[in-house]
Amino acid sequence: MSGPDETVTVYVPRDSAARSVGADEVAEGVAATAAGRPIRVVRTGSRGMLWLEPLVEVATAAGRIAYGPVAPEDVEELVAAGMLDGAEHRLRLGPVEDIDWLRDQTRVTFARVGVVDPLSAEDYTAHGGMAGLRRALSLTPEEVVAEVTESGLRGRGGAGFPAGIKWKTVQQAESALKFVCCNADEGDSGTFADRMLMEGDPFTLIEGMTIAAWAAGAQEGYIYIRSEYPDAVATLRTAIEIAYTRGWLGRNILGSELSFDLFVRVGGGAYICGEETSMLESLEGKRGMVRAKPPIPALEGLFGKPTVVNNVLTLGSVPMILADGAEAFARHGVGRSRGTQVFQLGGNVARGGIVETAFGITLGELVEGYGGGTRSGRPVRTVQVGGPLGAYLPTSRFDLPMDYEAFAAANAMVGHGGVVVFDDTVDMAGQARFAMEFCAAESCGKCTPCRIGAVRGVEVIDRIVAGEDRPANLKLLNDLCDLMTEGSLCAMGGLTPMPVKSALAHFPGDFGTTTEEQR
Amino acid sequence: MTSLPTRSLEDQVRSIVAEHRDKRGALLPILHAVMEDLGYVDPAVIPILADELNLSRADVHGVVTFYHDFRQTLPGRRTVRICRAEACQAVGAAKLADQAQARLGVTFGETTEDGAVTLEQVFCLGNCAIGPSVQVDDRLYGRVSPQQLDRLLDVNA
Ligand SMILES: Cc1cc2nc3c(=O)[nH]c(=O)nc-3n(C[C@H](O)[C@H](O)[C@H](O)COP(=O)(O)O)c2cc1C
Ligand code: SF4
Ligand code: FES
Repeated sequence: MSGPDETVTVYVPRDSAARSVGADEVAEGVAATAAGRPIRVVRTGSRGMLWLEPLVEVATAAGRIAYGPVAPEDVEELVAAGMLDGAEHRLRLGPVEDIDWLRDQTRVTFARVGVVDPLSAEDYTAHGGMAGLRRALSLTPEEVVAEVTESGLRGRGGAGFPAGIKWKTVQQAESALKFVCCNADEGDSGTFADRMLMEGDPFTLIEGMTIAAWAAGAQEGYIYIRSEYPDAVATLRTAIEIAYTRGWLGRNILGSELSFDLFVRVGGGAYICGEETSMLESLEGKRGMVRAKPPIPALEGLFGKPTVVNNVLTLGSVPMILADGAEAFARHGVGRSRGTQVFQLGGNVARGGIVETAFGITLGELVEGYGGGTRSGRPVRTVQVGGPLGAYLPTSRFDLPMDYEAFAAANAMVGHGGVVVFDDTVDMAGQARFAMEFCAAESCGKCTPCRIGAVRGVEVIDRIVAGEDRPANLKLLNDLCDLMTEGSLCAMGGLTPMPVKSALAHFPGDFGTTTEEQR
Repeated sequence: MTSLPTRSLEDQVRSIVAEHRDKRGALLPILHAVMEDLGYVDPAVIPILADELNLSRADVHGVVTFYHDFRQTLPGRRTVRICRAEACQAVGAAKLADQAQARLGVTFGETTEDGAVTLEQVFCLGNCAIGPSVQVDDRLYGRVSPQQLDRLLDVNA
């Protein structure tokens, strides 16, 4: 244990979720209260145990000792009780890495988040950063693509498309100018992992994009971040500046022949701009109207040039794959869902946050095990998995393993890994109505089934709930859903029926109907 | 209120454009900079941008109206955004939404008569594990109770 004269290091997150419940005030309080005792407060990302935020960690001979949730008004008492020496207190949680919630996870993409100072290049390299890029630069671009393909890495943005195949298409396209674009629009309710990685370990994303640039032969990269994330925008902009001064970006990166420039662009508050072609239109300075495919962005993407488009977590997983090898990544997971997935537990959940674990964990293990049921203490009634376009599932489906194929077979989707928990006070007709309302509000307007269908959908659900000619209106709703599924250009209109139909199938009573009546 | 002669709107907009014009797809960064400097995209800005960027007015107008962020009227001194997406719905966002509208006497998208607060809705702030979430200007708040919302809406605070 450190004596009274030795500098004590205290870690307090700067993650915006932690700040939203007082982490800044706690950090200031710790610095002020410790007057007399030499102290260093390091602002880290969050460990992802969000119900414990603000979580304070103190460096001791026995490791980093955690206290939480620490309210600003607790600080004085904690310091008086000997927190700076890791002493007992009702808020003491013990060595942070021994907290079973965290210990039982497999942190790969999130390995450094909450551990390091996100804007310290020294911390980054001391914790294994840049090893992936160094190895990539010692390989040919073809070898890098092969490594990513072998790892089995699939897109974490929702569609689950194999990353290696996309990269290969861009690599083989002939063009003097190619781009790498990172989709950081993260519009799905219940998801926050992209934000936390960008705020907690921005160099990982920069390194991943640089590896992608080497593999695909790209010269420029863009990170498209939603405007709702001002802290992530600021963190990445600063991290990019630091990366340039280190020779991690710019000309002849790490002394190699690779030159790559990276820029942050901010979205405009439109959900549809998370769809990749809409995002590309937006990056070009236009309305975010979805493009018809083909051509695919890999061949004709940003400004018509071959473009890699990947999600933050996809690109953020690449440095580890290159550093440790495809094998190390593929060892995790089940079937065709390889590696770890960063699940996000939100909504009415007792222990919400980031659960990074191998694919294959069941929905029930996530919600009841990690999540600890609802925050309200009432029974769980449903969970929505995969964002606003994902299905509502009843607790009878808690046996479902979290993997792309098993979810697809259950008329659901894993999507970006968000799991939103609702207790028994939820009105499922209201949730179905909201799904249609959201689609009507956020549709890009290009195709009729989505633009008009969603507006009609709201009206029809209102009539069903009001009890107006229920059998006819239920049939109408079903037809409308089919029309949207089949006739929409993109998944906004195409998947909005998923939450609607799943709510109706599993909770007919909330619509004033029975399963029989729906037939 | 008298004030020192200020630069004309036109000068201001042209210098914003000058700063960003070399960027690829410059219109969005320019519109964000206009929002930052002026607080909103005054309709008078549209022809200036069209002229500077060699676009039609209709094109610029189309972009401005497509995105929720680019408002065309002056906002209040403080903008309060209430998250109304699913994860926050699950922990009482609807009640906060009603409370905010009742207390301020405005609906979403409106500004109080005294120009103090603009109330907006937002769909997810990335704080879904510890909602309900509210954003005041660029500052995020989590686990917002009705009492805390009252404090956030209190313009004298
Ligand atoms: C309506 C809609 C919204 C989407 N939103 C996002 C998003 O916020 N972030 C994201 O990475 N992908 C989103 N996607 C998926 C992207 O279109 C695309 O598949 C993804 O960016 C590809 O990257 P990946 O292969 O690494 O997942 C969305 C798709 C649709 C149809
Ligand atoms: S489905 Fe909806 S969002 Fe997608 S292209 Fe059609 S109108 Fe646009
Ligand atoms: S749903 Fe409200 S913060 Fe995500």
